[in-house]
Amino acid sequence: MNDLYRLTVSQAHHLLKEREISSVELTKANLRRLAEVEDKVHACVTIDENTAIRQAEEADKAISDGEIKPLMGIPALIKDNMCTKGLRTTCSSKMLENFIPPYNATVIEKLMANKAVVLGKTNMDEFAMGSSTENSAFYPTRNPWNLDCVPGGSSGGSCVSVAADETIYALGSDTGGSIRQPAGFCGVVGLKPTYGRVSRFGLVAFASSLDQIGPVTKSVADCALVMNSIAGHDPKDSTSVPYPVPDYTRALVSDIKNMRIGVPQEYFVEGMQEDVRLNVQAAISKLEELGAKIDWDVSLPHTKYALAAYYILAPSEASANLARYDGVKYGFSYQDTSNMWEAMEKTRQFGFGTEVKRRIMLGTYALSAGYYDAYYLKAQKVRTLIRQEFDHAFEKYDALVTPTSPTVAFKIGEKADDPMQMYLSDVCTLPINIAGVPAISIPAGFANGLPVGMQIIGKPFAEETILNIAFAYEQAVDWHKKKSPV
Amino acid sequence: MKLSHEEVKHIALLARLGLSEGEVEKFGLQLSDILDNFEILKQADTSNLQPTTQSIALQNVLRSDEADVSYPAEDILANAPQRDNNYFKVRAVLE
Repeated sequence: MNDLYRLTVSQAHHLLKEREISSVELTKANLRRLAEVEDKVHACVTIDENTAIRQAEEADKAISDGEIKPLMGIPALIKDNMCTKGLRTTCSSKMLENFIPPYNATVIEKLMANKAVVLGKTNMDEFAMGSSTENSAFYPTRNPWNLDCVPGGSSGGSCVSVAADETIYALGSDTGGSIRQPAGFCGVVGLKPTYGRVSRFGLVAFASSLDQIGPVTKSVADCALVMNSIAGHDPKDSTSVPYPVPDYTRALVSDIKNMRIGVPQEYFVEGMQEDVRLNVQAAISKLEELGAKIDWDVSLPHTKYALAAYYILAPSEASANLARYDGVKYGFSYQDTSNMWEAMEKTRQFGFGTEVKRRIMLGTYALSAGYYDAYYLKAQKVRTLIRQEFDHAFEKYDALVTPTSPTVAFKIGEKADDPMQMYLSDVCTLPINIAGVPAISIPAGFANGLPVGMQIIGKPFAEETILNIAFAYEQAVDWHKKKSPV
Repeated sequence: MKLSHEEVKHIALLARLGLSEGEVEKFGLQLSDILDNFEILKQADTSNLQPTTQSIALQNVLRSDEADVSYPAEDILANAPQRDNNYFKVRAVLE
């Protein structure tokens, strides 16, 4: 087989278990594919071939000894904001360009316990701040469906690497849509789990009350498989919940008869592309055909406050979290001065890119004396309003369905100088982080040759429900099987 | 609302963030634009609501206070921009 790199996690697992392929063969196939397409898409920051091959050899040895685990021997790429011991972790920032973590993030430890293969680290918007992966300090990542377009962000590298078959699956992180929006733009499956479902230990903090790690995969079944391995309580993350982890693959029964699904009107926003609207409506009609009870006219009126609340809360938390980058303990350090304050200011001036500075400024302003009540406290109260609105909706519905983004992928450079326009591309995804509930984006058609994503939102810790709805839809269509031209 | 250059510089000082003159100008305009978009929050009636600081119901998560092995000093110091033996080297704080 020459195109092993195209396998899904489920397929690769089956072939490895039956010993029809080895992990080394599979890993080499992906590394060759990477070498072939990376010049076009720039999805990765660091590739570690030697370690990947060594991990593959270890997996092959374990398999030949009769041991087999779901992700064993299967190549993955990791967003470059998750700490990998001994492998540089840059957050696509000049600030951490040479940072080599002394420990693994908990999700990496879990992959290692599975004897997974880590090929390397993927490009992202600097410190996960952005919606296009143009804010990487290194280079923009390109959309494999159209190389002139952005892949979305901030997990653009992870989503592109999966869409272009550089890897079998990837991990991303999602603070306001950073897994789902690029998954939608790239035609892959991306899940943001419930806040607290996956440990954040070792995830470089952006906005701690909103950040969550999740899978980026080629199919819904793969998403469930990866979740089985990364979810769970972690004593090192006090916000991770001590609830048992279900076997998510058992939820994929494909029967959604009489499932109550709501369609909130506020997510079909002004300025939405007509083709995106039509595709998502057609996808929802498909769910209706499959037996779901669709309420097409749900209203969540507080949605209109979500964007403003998010862009106060996330930058405020970021301004506090990023205070640690002072050039003393690790990271970029401005040396050409004897003055401590000047060294700190210049370290941050030259170490951070424009969007990161803009958000530190915004957050610092919102938290500063005289403005705290009007901005930060107000946004936290609006957060309560939005959460309550979701709680009420979930008394009536098992899930809510929306577009993942109002548009398909836009051109590189198109929104680079207009932060408000860029922020609007997350308008459908960020209310979900504010509420802390889970949501998945799955491929739901094409507009102008570019993928359209459908977002399915669930109750807290009801990942099984949204995975099942996504699975039922995926079984009925074949969007996820379409391959980008690269 | 229009942020003055002085206000922009004051915020930058609070954040210990060096800015070029060009950035002061650009951020002044962009932050003013973004803050204008936040005005919509004034319409939200939050009079009887508690703020949400995080979305899950966990409170006072504690662990037992037991000694455990930490990271070796050498691992932690390996990324230090400047070090002196087993110390991080910093500039004089008091002058």
